Amino acid sequence: MNGAQDLGGTHGHGPVKPEPNEPVFHAEWEKRAFALTLAMGMPGGWNIDMGRFARENRPPAEYLSMSYYQIWFAALEHMIKERGLVSEDEIDAGHSLHTPKPVKRILSPGDVAKTLHRGGPTERDTNTAAIFKPGDKVRAKNINPLTHTRLPRYVRGHVGTIERVVGCHVFPDSNATGAGEDPQWLYTVRFDGRELWGANGDPTVKVSIDAWEPYLESA
Amino acid sequence: MSGHNHDDHHHHDHDHSELSETQLRVRALETVLTEKGYVDPAALDVLIETYEKKVGPRNGALVVARAWADPAYRARLLKDATPAIAEVGYAGRQGEHIVALENTPKRHNIVVCTLCSCYPWPVLGLPPVWYKSAPYRSRAVADPRSVLADFGVTLPKDTEIRIWDSTAEIRYLVVPMRPAGTDGWSEEKLADLVTRDSMIGTGLPKTPKDLAK
Repeated sequence: MNGAQDLGGTHGHGPVKPEPNEPVFHAEWEKRAFALTLAMGMPGGWNIDMGRFARENRPPAEYLSMSYYQIWFAALEHMIKERGLVSEDEIDAGHSLHTPKPVKRILSPGDVAKTLHRGGPTERDTNTAAIFKPGDKVRAKNINPLTHTRLPRYVRGHVGTIERVVGCHVFPDSNATGAGEDPQWLYTVRFDGRELWGANGDPTVKVSIDAWEPYLESA
Repeated sequence: MSGHNHDDHHHHDHDHSELSETQLRVRALETVLTEKGYVDPAALDVLIETYEKKVGPRNGALVVARAWADPAYRARLLKDATPAIAEVGYAGRQGEHIVALENTPKRHNIVVCTLCSCYPWPVLGLPPVWYKSAPYRSRAVADPRSVLADFGVTLPKDTEIRIWDSTAEIRYLVVPMRPAGTDGWSEEKLADLVTRDSMIGTGLPKTPKDLAK
């Protein structure tokens, strides 16, 4: 979706403000919101792309005015309510008021290290051959789906060069909607800064994205 | 989205009430999820402790230091970083597919995630606030030299700046250039020079002089 999350090349956000000796978390609630989000992935049954869509799918003014953990928490609330795991009256009451829905598994303290170590690799086997090879010129398609995509607006319509064939990976545009992983070839595509930003762009800059095959066409 | 439009709360100071409301809602939700048996609060504690105490940029610094000290390791890291990093003991969530990027006198690499906050957790820990912020995500791809200026970093005019936007599940780790005057240093001591920002590309490693300060 063309939401506020797609920030590349937008103006007016001001300077980057590094914080010296920044703590990992800035408040107790951030710790709990972070950990709840990770822990609920197991009983919640959503995938990473559904999680990303839940974060970005909000009015732009709201997205830009929330802190990152506020966005995470709002997405968590949305996903658990959407799945009927918790209802608003329960959050208001601060207690469980309805019979819990059965879930397959929950994260136990003893499983945390193992689960984190396993992670969620996205590479998949395939019988198909990659269409593009390193050095090929490709154009990022002009697509504007209302649903989740990982093709940022700032490259759409622009021509780049295939730098690397990464492998066959879970396709977020499909995975985010619940339509399945639909693995696709993934490429690193390099663009010249001036191709993206015009004649006033910095000529020493090159930008790459990782793009699935359905995002690309020969140029 | 819910969370900001309730009028039944008692806080009036604007910034304060926003925060307090979030705090209360997080606490309420944790209680509900615990009572329903969906989360074990002890597992939450372990998750928090993991990223507060165990997984952080020191991991990446040890990887970079080994690459500086051991040419064979450096070659393995640059060829296929995920197994090379696993050799040092780091792997897993948000680092399932890692690529190491070599800085040279001619090329400087910078990593960003314009669409969200993708970051190589096993080697750098959780991202700092600025990495997830609109100023960084908007400007890193379009005007990286101005972003470097915000970090007090100036590069030669003709250095190629290569931006890596983490749009898929590939995570990037910058291998900065080894500072001069560090011949014969142990990996442990070299790792003290490797800052988090130098592994994102928004900073440079410390020099032996910086360490002596």
